[in-house]
Amino acid sequence: MKILDCPLNGPRNIAEFTYGGEYRAPPDPNSASDREWAEYVFFHENCDGKVLEWWCHTASAFWFLVERDTRTDEILRVMRAEDINAIDGTGAVDGVAENDGPGRGGETGQ
Amino acid sequence: MTGQNRLPAPNGHLIDRDRPVTFSFEGRRYTGYAGDTVASALAANDVWLLSRSFKYHRPRGVMTMAGQDGNTLIALPGRPNCVAELIPIREGLVAAGQHYSGSLQRDRNAWIQWFSRFLPAGFYYHAFFRPRGVWNLWSRYFRRMSGLGVLDEHAVPGNCDKQYRHCDVAVIGAGPAGMQAAIDAARDGSVVLLIDEQDAAGGSLHYARACADGAQEARELRTLLDAVRAVPGIELMTGATVNGWYADHWLEIIRGNRLIKLRAGRVVLCSGTIEQPALFRNNDLPGIMLGTAAQRLIKPYGVRPGRRAVVLAADDSAYGVALDLIDADVDLAALVDLRDRPPSDARAERVRAAGFEVLAGHAIQAARGRRHVRSVEVRRIVAPGRLGGRSRRIDCDLVCMSVGRMPAWQLACQAGARLVYEPGRATFALADLPVGFTLGGSVASGCNDGGAPWPIFSHPGGNEFVDLDEDLKIRDIRHAVQSGYEHIQLVKRYSTSGMGPSQGRLSALATARLVAAETGRSLSDTGVTTARPPLAAVTLAHCAGRRHYPALRSSIHHRHAEAGAQFLQAGAWYRPAYYGGKDEFGDAVTREVLAVRNGAGAIDVSTLGGIAVRGPGAAEFLNRIYTFAYARQRVGTLRYALMTNEAGFVIDDGVVCRLDDCDFYVTTTTGGAERVFRTMLHWNAQWRLDVSLANLTSAYCGVSVVGPRSREVLAGVGSDIDFGREAFPYLGVRRGNVAGTPAIVLRTGFVGELGYEVHAPQHCGEALWDTIMSAGAGGASGEGDATGGIRPVGIEAQRILRLEKGHVLVGQDTDALSTPMELNMRWAIAARKPFFVGKRSLDVHDSRPPERVLAGFCIEDPAGAVPRECHLLVDAQRLIGRVTSVARSPALNKIVGLAYVPPDRAEPGSRLTIRCDRQRRVTAHVVKAPFYDPGNARQAL
Repeated sequence: MKILDCPLNGPRNIAEFTYGGEYRAPPDPNSASDREWAEYVFFHENCDGKVLEWWCHTASAFWFLVERDTRTDEILRVMRAEDINAIDGTGAVDGVAENDGPGRGGETGQ
Repeated sequence: MTGQNRLPAPNGHLIDRDRPVTFSFEGRRYTGYAGDTVASALAANDVWLLSRSFKYHRPRGVMTMAGQDGNTLIALPGRPNCVAELIPIREGLVAAGQHYSGSLQRDRNAWIQWFSRFLPAGFYYHAFFRPRGVWNLWSRYFRRMSGLGVLDEHAVPGNCDKQYRHCDVAVIGAGPAGMQAAIDAARDGSVVLLIDEQDAAGGSLHYARACADGAQEARELRTLLDAVRAVPGIELMTGATVNGWYADHWLEIIRGNRLIKLRAGRVVLCSGTIEQPALFRNNDLPGIMLGTAAQRLIKPYGVRPGRRAVVLAADDSAYGVALDLIDADVDLAALVDLRDRPPSDARAERVRAAGFEVLAGHAIQAARGRRHVRSVEVRRIVAPGRLGGRSRRIDCDLVCMSVGRMPAWQLACQAGARLVYEPGRATFALADLPVGFTLGGSVASGCNDGGAPWPIFSHPGGNEFVDLDEDLKIRDIRHAVQSGYEHIQLVKRYSTSGMGPSQGRLSALATARLVAAETGRSLSDTGVTTARPPLAAVTLAHCAGRRHYPALRSSIHHRHAEAGAQFLQAGAWYRPAYYGGKDEFGDAVTREVLAVRNGAGAIDVSTLGGIAVRGPGAAEFLNRIYTFAYARQRVGTLRYALMTNEAGFVIDDGVVCRLDDCDFYVTTTTGGAERVFRTMLHWNAQWRLDVSLANLTSAYCGVSVVGPRSREVLAGVGSDIDFGREAFPYLGVRRGNVAGTPAIVLRTGFVGELGYEVHAPQHCGEALWDTIMSAGAGGASGEGDATGGIRPVGIEAQRILRLEKGHVLVGQDTDALSTPMELNMRWAIAARKPFFVGKRSLDVHDSRPPERVLAGFCIEDPAGAVPRECHLLVDAQRLIGRVTSVARSPALNKIVGLAYVPPDRAEPGSRLTIRCDRQRRVTAHVVKAPFYDPGNARQAL
């Protein structure tokens, strides 16, 4: 079972978490066309490569963001939701302290 | 007599000769020693035929002596398919062969092998599919003719359980390399778990012979075992199979009746090598075994594997085998070396010095014998895989094959490593290991000391078995390739090579070689099939384990049980369905409904979700979360709360109580509590409003006191809250002391009567319930009439009560695509709010006409069929809607319900046709909800 390094609870089994979907900034509901809004609601990028996702540690109901490579399922870094403001339009993150996550079997199994 | 094949000490170091054990196999009694397995004890008694093969019913015996294959599958009482090499004997054990007709010795189905020419791999794909349906007849026959043991449907499996463990370093395989790796890691301060599938640690030190001196391994084993015991931080776990590697070093281990899930910081794989068989005609006869199998019989179990042996060599370890055979008093008929130049190490020197014949550049072309090998035919190798010259027949009852090895690759490949073929050493090696996964010992360093030439010799007569589990011959693999399945994965699927109990341990290399030769590709390009967990068979009992079903019970649970409640599970909650005997359902529910309509009822509502929303941003937060408006809600009041998702569909409802300016108490549905709380936190992770959220669901109990007498009941409970009609109006919220505990009291109208929900600290549940029940006990009959006492009410009655009021139950009357407009709840949407979750989507929904609306209906005909939930509405043959709730209303004495109908059928008076069970149709009329008390006067009393 995969390990996810929660910023609040530390490394925990992935079964303790709930997936919250891709991180997406909603379009302005007042100016978006119906079509743009429907695409935001119903369509997902589902991209091959680096993605930014919401995850929640279920027992503590703590939400945070995870950058993951969908090709390798490698967790590249995790960050608190506060750091969401540092995210620019491209999904890249500036000025956020790097957290390497557990990688594929770092010394994190305890 | 404990076996004519038993060797004297020091052989047999795993058996205790002072403790004979008697058991039976195929109805005959045998005696072995404590420490013996079924296979070793039978071998000691000269019983070699242990099973019949999967397809051709050929005789089979010990091949690996390591439990790596399906050759020794036997049946124990209630347990088919046990590996005889892994089952220790115990007094009175009853074992039997399986998959034969008549007797194991004389299997009446063995004739099938003579027809094998007509039964190539995949033959059933080509035949038996015409005429249509004929397969169903044939398959019954095939199932009987082929297969493994018979499942005892009445067997009761023992208890299996699960264990979760952690360690810094998991060392898999407690052979010399594994023990050394464990010692090194522990000396560095790591907590080490050293795991081995055999019952005794030591691996190859128990049987192998690396040099001429046959006692060296025993000395090394003692030294290493002493060190493993002496170094702190090592736990040795034997008899445990590491069955799978999962992400981040999560290992699945099967040990006895236990499934262990181990999280390791890192993994050191010291799984060693798997010796590979050679391919020649009749290479599956009992008496033909791997060199290591003979050594495993001789040393740990003290069993002489035969009387006259031929050793087939392609690497130097064969000479160790030969020396062991000589020392065990086996007559070495010949050592047939595939290589032109046999080695000159000390072991080879001793074999030659002892005067035994070494036939260099020769190979076995065929073995002969009916139920046991009796002789082999040896010829000179003229080209790789081709034999020529004169055939020479050598009599023997034992053939030991030491012709090359595979690293035990499966776990490493599960973890993402690749197998790369090294032509120079004629073996696969592991590459691209993942982080934290290392190899130790022969699994890493390769294994074929001294090269191993091509050990595959096809014979015009066939029967050179590639995969013994699946009875596949060279011809079957070639046939698969020639049928167009050139990729190794397709060869596997077509031929079933590697799908048997040995999972390709003994066949993957030979299959890859054959496919590579047939397709003209390299072995690296051909590769082996994907390794996936599990490595060995896992019983369903292991998977099931001992299940833990979480159950939530309210703090008033025992009072319900005492009152005779029948419980039903709603999510994880046990809730009272109704109070009465199992056969009293209808009467009990009617009684409870009438009690609420005419007197008073008490409903346990502890299961409702309760969330505290506090802070300066609380009102704004709720405004965004729910469709209704809360900014100007007055303190001391409650408002309905309807939650939609971003797509505008209804996902939950409840009420919002304003306890103070910045202090709200929100209730949710029973099933939605956790999800709603999580959703709220998710939104606020994005909005970052100044608000704090706390899930109080399990902190509070709740009792809903409903019915015209409820005010009177609560007035008698003892409270500082004024329950007077003006002081505490409908939709009011009060905080105070009720029955001696601090409580929040909500005046709601869910069931359409005067009613109060009392929410109090969870531990006060029973006391609160008792006080309310005794305060309401006035009246004589207790039968729920106007003068009767209070009655406990279950959720069945509650569902009818709310249905009589036409109230929507989220999850029952809604589905994943229900909008508030369809539910006639436009009143619950504050359209002037600038934003709430789902607003933008609701605007889109609202810009087009709805496709359906939820409408109330009633059925006057008391004799007609009674529809049930999910029954369909039909118009001629067209489906136009569906019933979501339906019940006979005790108050109205007719059937009422809710159904999705097309908007043009939603007008009161419209006729609906409902298709009930067995195609019976019943006519209903649309009625404007609420059905009961349409003016809603009673709840505002």
